[in-house]
Amino acid sequence: MSKYTEDDLREELKTKEYEYGFYTDIESETFAKGLNEDVVRAISKKKNEPQWMTDWRIEAFRVWEQMEEPEWANVHYEKPKFQDIAYYSAPKEKPKLNSLDEVDPELLDTFKRLGISLDEQKKLANVAVDIVMDSVSVATTFKKTLGEKGIIFMPISEAIQEHPELVKKYLGTVVPTKDNFYAALNSAVFSDGSFCYIPKGVRCPMELSTYFRINEGGTGQFERTLVVADKGSYVSYLEGCTAPSRDENQLHAAVVELVAMDDAEIKYSTVQNWYPGNAEGKGGVYNFVTKRGICENNAKISWTQVETGSAVTWKYPSCILKGNNSVGEFYSIAVTNNHQQADTGTKMIHLGKNTKSTIISKGISAGHSQNSYRGLVQINSRAENARNFSQCDSLLMGNACGAHTFPYIEVKNKSAQIEHEATTSKIGEDQLFYCNQRGIDTEKAIALIVNGFSKEVLNKLPMEFAVEAQKLLEISLEGSVG
Amino acid sequence: MLKIENLQASINDKSILKGLNLEVKAGEVHAIMGPNGAGKSTLANIIAGKEEYEVTNGTIELNGEDIRELAPEERAHNGVFLSFQYPVEIPGVSVTNFIKTAINETRKAKGLEDMPAKDMLKMIREKSELLEIDRKFLSRSLNEGFSGGEKKRNEIFQMAMLEPKLAILDETDSGLDIDALRIVANGVNKLKSKDNAVIVITHYQRLLDYIVPDFVHVLHNGKIVKSGDASLALELEAKGYDWIKQELV
Repeated sequence: MSKYTEDDLREELKTKEYEYGFYTDIESETFAKGLNEDVVRAISKKKNEPQWMTDWRIEAFRVWEQMEEPEWANVHYEKPKFQDIAYYSAPKEKPKLNSLDEVDPELLDTFKRLGISLDEQKKLANVAVDIVMDSVSVATTFKKTLGEKGIIFMPISEAIQEHPELVKKYLGTVVPTKDNFYAALNSAVFSDGSFCYIPKGVRCPMELSTYFRINEGGTGQFERTLVVADKGSYVSYLEGCTAPSRDENQLHAAVVELVAMDDAEIKYSTVQNWYPGNAEGKGGVYNFVTKRGICENNAKISWTQVETGSAVTWKYPSCILKGNNSVGEFYSIAVTNNHQQADTGTKMIHLGKNTKSTIISKGISAGHSQNSYRGLVQINSRAENARNFSQCDSLLMGNACGAHTFPYIEVKNKSAQIEHEATTSKIGEDQLFYCNQRGIDTEKAIALIVNGFSKEVLNKLPMEFAVEAQKLLEISLEGSVG
Repeated sequence: MLKIENLQASINDKSILKGLNLEVKAGEVHAIMGPNGAGKSTLANIIAGKEEYEVTNGTIELNGEDIRELAPEERAHNGVFLSFQYPVEIPGVSVTNFIKTAINETRKAKGLEDMPAKDMLKMIREKSELLEIDRKFLSRSLNEGFSGGEKKRNEIFQMAMLEPKLAILDETDSGLDIDALRIVANGVNKLKSKDNAVIVITHYQRLLDYIVPDFVHVLHNGKIVKSGDASLALELEAKGYDWIKQELV
C-alpha cells in the first residue's frame, strides 16, 4: 500500500525547508568583528548618545568581561566566539521616513515574503509597526495616532534622544546590567529596539507591533525593549522575529523590560521564528533572551509566546509580582524539530500579598530535538495568600526527540496555594488512522492534533497573531507537501 | 458496491483472514457475527485501509475499483466510513471542528470549495437532532471524557454528516445502554437508502432487533462459514457459536 507512514513523515520533517530563508541584498554598514571598550564607545557614538548612556554601556561591558557564560541549561552547542561577531550592522540608506512609500522597495519585498505586508497591516489590522531590521528601526507607522493619546512608541535609540528622562529612569530597573551574562552583553552593545510609554489611565487603542529580522551574516542582534505602562493604563504589544538561513550560527541576545505600575496591564505576545538551522543541525540562531516584567499593586503582566525557530533557545519571560493583588501569566507554545534545542519557561516571583500567577506551557518535540520546560515559582515570606497554577504538557512526535520538565517551587509562606500539573503524550498511529479514516490526510491530521494541543495558548494571542501562529505551527511540523 | 474475493491477510506474520468472500450491494444491510478472534475487526480495518495489516492475497473492490493501493483517506473520500469500536480522543479539537475539517478535506479531494458555514451549521443542527445530541456536546473535545455511549453516538453523528456510501459499524452496540442503542439504531435506519450499504459487525443479536439485516454472515477462523437471512442471527443467539464450530468439524 502506498501509505504515508510515520517513517515517511519523519523523513519529510527532516527535509522541511525554512520558508523565510532568503537574504535581502540591502547595503549595510557593518562594524569590523570583535568586541572591546572602543567598539562599545563607537556604537554609542554612532548613535549620538548622551554621556550617561555611554557610561552605562561601558559599565555593563566591564561587568560582562568578568562574567562566565551560563551552562546550567539543558542545551548543548558550540559557544559563540564573541570576538568573531560584528556588533553593529545597519542598512546604509537610513532616511527618516514618513510613509511606507519611502521605504526601500527591496525591504518592502522582504516583508511581503514574510507575509507581513505593511500596507495591509496598516489598512486592515490597525497595527502600529516598529520594524527592527538588523538593529535599526526602519519605519515606524501610526506614530501620529498614538501621539494624540500621549503614547510614545519609537525606536529606543530615538527615545534616548527625545525622552532621556524616561529611558534613564526605567532602563535596567527590571533587568539590571549585572543580571546575567547575556543581559550584560546586551546592555553594552544593544544597537536598537523599541521603547513604549503609555501615560496614566490611557488604554492603547491598537496593538503595538515590532518585527525583528537578522539579515547580515555574522552579526549579532541585540535589541533592547522597554515598555512602561503608567498607572491604570493598558497596552498589548506584539513581537515577531525571523532570520534568513545561514550556515554559521547567529547570536541573538535581547533584553525586554516591562514596567506595569499600579492598576496597569501589559500583554506581551511573541511569535519567534528565527532560522532553526538545517536538517543536520548546521547553522541557526542562538536565541539567548532575558525578558522580565515588574508588577506594582493590582497590575497584570501576561507573556504569550509561540516559539518555533532558533537552533538553541534559552528564554524565561518572568514576572516579579511586587505589588499586592498583582497578576502574572505565562502562556507558551515551544516547537522543536530536527536538531533544535529549547530550554524555556518562566519565573514567577511572588512578593506582594494576594498575588496570583498562571503558567501554561505546551512543548512539542519532533525529529532529534530536545525541548525543556524550566520554571520557577517563588513565594516569598511576606506574600500572604499567593496562588500559582502551573500546567506543563509535552507532545512527542517520533522516537528520537525528548521532552523534559524542570519545575522549581520555593515557598516561604504557609498560606500559599500551588498547583502543578504535567502530562506527556505522543501523537499516536491510532489518532492518525482515525483522522485518515475520516478523510483527513496525515499532514492535516498532525496540524489538527497540534492545534488542539496548543489551543489554550493560541486562544490567548491577539486575533491577527493567532492566525499567523497557527500557520507557523503547521509549517514547522508538517513538511513541504501541498 | 463492495466485492471481496479470497481475501487473505495477516498482521506481524500471523494469518488472520484466510480466504474471505463477501459481496455487498447498494441498499443492503449485512451483519457479520462471530466469536472473539474470528477476524471481524480485522476485516473492518482492512476495508478502511489500516496499514498494519498486510493483504497477502485476494481483491477488494469498491464500485468496481480495486482499493487495495489506496490510502485510508482516499478510501474515505470514496465513501468508506468506519464507526470505530474504540474511538480515539483528540484533546482540544471540538466535535464541530473535527467534522468540519473532515467534510472540507473530503470536498477538497473532490475539487470542491469548503462547505459554506451556513450550510454546515444547518447540517450539524439537523443531524444532531436526529441523534438526540445536545448542542453543548458539539463543543467538547473529541471523545475526551465521553462515556461509552457518547462515543458511539458521536461516531454515528459523524457518519450522518459524511453521508458515506459504505458504512461499517464495528461493535457499535458495545458500551451502549438500551436507550442509546435505540437512538443509534434509529439514526442508522434513517440514514439508510437504496444508494448506500451498511455492514454491521456485532457479537450479539441485540442490535439486529433494531437494524434488521438482509444478510447475516458468520465469520470463524478467518472465513465466512455460514450465511443466511436475519433468522440466522436468532439461531446463533439461541444455540451459541459452538454450534457453528461443531457443524464445521
